[in-house]
Amino acid sequence: MTSKQIERRFEVFKTFVAILLALGLAFIVISLVSEDPVEAIKAFLIGPLQRKSRISNIIEVMTPLIFTGTAICIMYQANQFNMVGEGAFLIGANLCTWFVISNTTWSGLPLQVVGILIGILAGVAAAFIPAILKVKFKANEVVSSIMMNYILLKVSDYILYYKMRDVASGQQSSFPIPKQAQLSRPIPGMRLHTGIIIAVIVAVLMYFFIYRTKWGYSIRMVGANENFAKYSGISVLSVAMATQLIGGGIAGMGGAVEMLGRYDRFIWYGMQPGYGFDGILVGVLAKNNPLLVPIAAFFLAYMRTGADAMNRVSDVPVEFVDVVQGLIIMFVAAEMFLSKYKHKLIVNNAKKELAEKEDK
Amino acid sequence: MPEEILLMDKITKVYPNGFVANKEVTLSVNKGEIHALMGENGAGKSTLMKILFGIEQAEEGHIYIKGQEVKIGNPLEAIAHGVGMVHQHFMLVPSLTVAENVVLGMEPKKNGLFDFEEAVRITQEAVDKYNLKVDPRSKVEDLPVGFKQKVEIIKALVRGAEILILDEPTAVLTPQETKELFVELKNLRDQGHTIVFIGHKLNEIKELCDRMTVLRLGKSVGKANICDITEQEMSRMMVGRDVILKLEKTPAQPKEAVLKVKDLKIVADSGKTIVNDISFSVRKGEILGVAGVEGNGQSQISEAITGLLSYQNGTITVNDVDIKGKKIRQIRELGVSHVSEDRMTYGVAATSGVKDNVISDRYYKKEFNKGLLLDNKKINDLTDRLIKEFLIKCDDRDSAVKMLSGGNMQKVVVAREFSGNPKVVIANQPTRGIDVGATEFIRKRLVELRDEGAAILLISADLNEVLELSDSLIVMNEGKIAAYIPDASAIDDMELGEYMLGVKKQTPEEIARVAYDK
Repeated sequence: MTSKQIERRFEVFKTFVAILLALGLAFIVISLVSEDPVEAIKAFLIGPLQRKSRISNIIEVMTPLIFTGTAICIMYQANQFNMVGEGAFLIGANLCTWFVISNTTWSGLPLQVVGILIGILAGVAAAFIPAILKVKFKANEVVSSIMMNYILLKVSDYILYYKMRDVASGQQSSFPIPKQAQLSRPIPGMRLHTGIIIAVIVAVLMYFFIYRTKWGYSIRMVGANENFAKYSGISVLSVAMATQLIGGGIAGMGGAVEMLGRYDRFIWYGMQPGYGFDGILVGVLAKNNPLLVPIAAFFLAYMRTGADAMNRVSDVPVEFVDVVQGLIIMFVAAEMFLSKYKHKLIVNNAKKELAEKEDK
Repeated sequence: MPEEILLMDKITKVYPNGFVANKEVTLSVNKGEIHALMGENGAGKSTLMKILFGIEQAEEGHIYIKGQEVKIGNPLEAIAHGVGMVHQHFMLVPSLTVAENVVLGMEPKKNGLFDFEEAVRITQEAVDKYNLKVDPRSKVEDLPVGFKQKVEIIKALVRGAEILILDEPTAVLTPQETKELFVELKNLRDQGHTIVFIGHKLNEIKELCDRMTVLRLGKSVGKANICDITEQEMSRMMVGRDVILKLEKTPAQPKEAVLKVKDLKIVADSGKTIVNDISFSVRKGEILGVAGVEGNGQSQISEAITGLLSYQNGTITVNDVDIKGKKIRQIRELGVSHVSEDRMTYGVAATSGVKDNVISDRYYKKEFNKGLLLDNKKINDLTDRLIKEFLIKCDDRDSAVKMLSGGNMQKVVVAREFSGNPKVVIANQPTRGIDVGATEFIRKRLVELRDEGAAILLISADLNEVLELSDSLIVMNEGKIAAYIPDASAIDDMELGEYMLGVKKQTPEEIARVAYDK
């Protein structure tokens, strides 16, 4: 076995150990707070599979996570830590809604397509500001994009309140999204919508974009070593700009798809749905590889659904899943986690190889 | 019977990439001797000393100092055990004075404030005691390299070092400075200090050292008293074969000037003029060497030519095309290739595979793309061909470059830079810190490129390399050209040293000959 193989296998191993450890710790917490821990843990682990509606729920929750997770992958591959996914998702959903409720006379498909396109453009525009600030003025994109999210939240609130609020609905929500704009629900009795197909296609396309095209190559090289990329003749600034815009666009698209798939009105007033930040977790779990994003999103959605099921049968609150999430991301992101063990593997392997060589 | 002050017993070190740098190495040093630790680049000398100084941890083995077993977890513990180290790259704060650098981390205080006069006194005391002539009040950035090295030595001595490790101290020195250093080191030895001298230049070791230990490929292969052994025997122990490396090279057939640099001026952000109005040309089919103590503007010249650094004044042309304002990719497309002195920063993307590293200057070209996608088959073929042609030792084309040894890493760089049919090659320290086999290979390829008609600018701090490879050479001193030697074989290293130090200088007319403009 070569050191490279050890390294690769170790990454997979580390992710699994991280998840197991986090779950283990979570179970300890459950045992401490719950009257009936066995029932609670059972509900958490197998609850999501017990009902059709819950299986549907997993896929529904996965869908936006795939979009924001893929967006993160693209940006992080080039070391652009733009956090605008959250705001881009929100503004994409908002503007898409505004468009479809203003054009109720359009027929279904064009309305959906243009609505999603508007979501993409909204996301691109949202990412453009932190991106251009970084490229032109070297403003740290982490800070400016987080600030940008607040601005986008208020812009979204403004549009909802003054441009598309349905006064008759009795709460802060938009006029209803026209039926023909909503994505179809192909499986009878399940709420899950065709958005999942769009999401998986986007993730796969982005995988090819990153790993098989010349643009993807330049993105990966900028991420691997910016100085090397520059020295080789790659325009680092254009890559930084492009990845952030693409990331914003995908997140915005996710917002639009979410809106057309799951909601009949835009109801996010004064709040961010949180998928942008969950996307970071998905991206980290997927090791910035878009092809692994659906798997990571599934895992997270499963945990969410499990927590929900557990909440119904036991006294453990849903928020407990946030604890587990936090633990997993800590273990996975910690570079040095288990590094001593890994070093031992490599040392033993190197010694074995050396001994073999000497035997010959 | 001499007293054994240091014993490193059966040390084994494996780096995280699986590379076995030391395999059961044993080093025994007596009190009051200058002990040479010899071996080619990559033999594991520096690793062994890093373990002794606590920078790296050994997987196996024991260290004994004065018969006591010690555990050295970090440099502070090493210093506490009386071990001091002078690194190849100096660890000094350039903007502070000598005295401030010497007491850094152990500053004398008066009324709770830093006592500069006391620091000067401490430094002066060491200067007098060990006869290391340097002014405690001068700023480090104003000192020449040889003096910076003295400051490093004083720093170690003031901290109570009895065992002093010097990692290839002569690599950055001119022949004159080397002589002075040897006098000082012998003086230190006579005062009872023990010195471990890392090196691979036989004549230096013969002149300076008492005993030696030889490392080869991570193992200790022999030790001897210097007076009992000839240089030939030493080299055989070190390289494992009998030959002394000598490059086969036919005389150059220089044609027209391809790369022309005229009145180039580079000012650093700090306002200091790094390169001061220099002009030179490199002709088709010749290797123009640039000799000089490091930091005299050589790196900046190579970065300006390759587009990494902007310059204030002057023109640089490649085949009569002015490169001012051109993007790096455009300059590369003119046929300029660049072996950077800083392999890890510019030369490679260490976490990426060999394949991704060899295509970085050409991946976007039509021949490597099929429709929207990269043409993997062509890229794989190219990579496999380069791996074979440049003898890159790797598991396969996707092996991460960080897993390779320094020499193989440099071969990856060279494979990329030499295979694109370059017209101008800027080779900056092309063989620094790599093993003898790779060095030999890269030098040969440079000569081949020259014979194929490339214009080659070779920048190297290694005098032997410059003298051996160059057809003609210029010597840099303080951002200016101090001398142009049209026939590199007609100068010896002592004279070269005088130009490097700025003791001797040619007339402007003599220097202007290198411009080759008609």
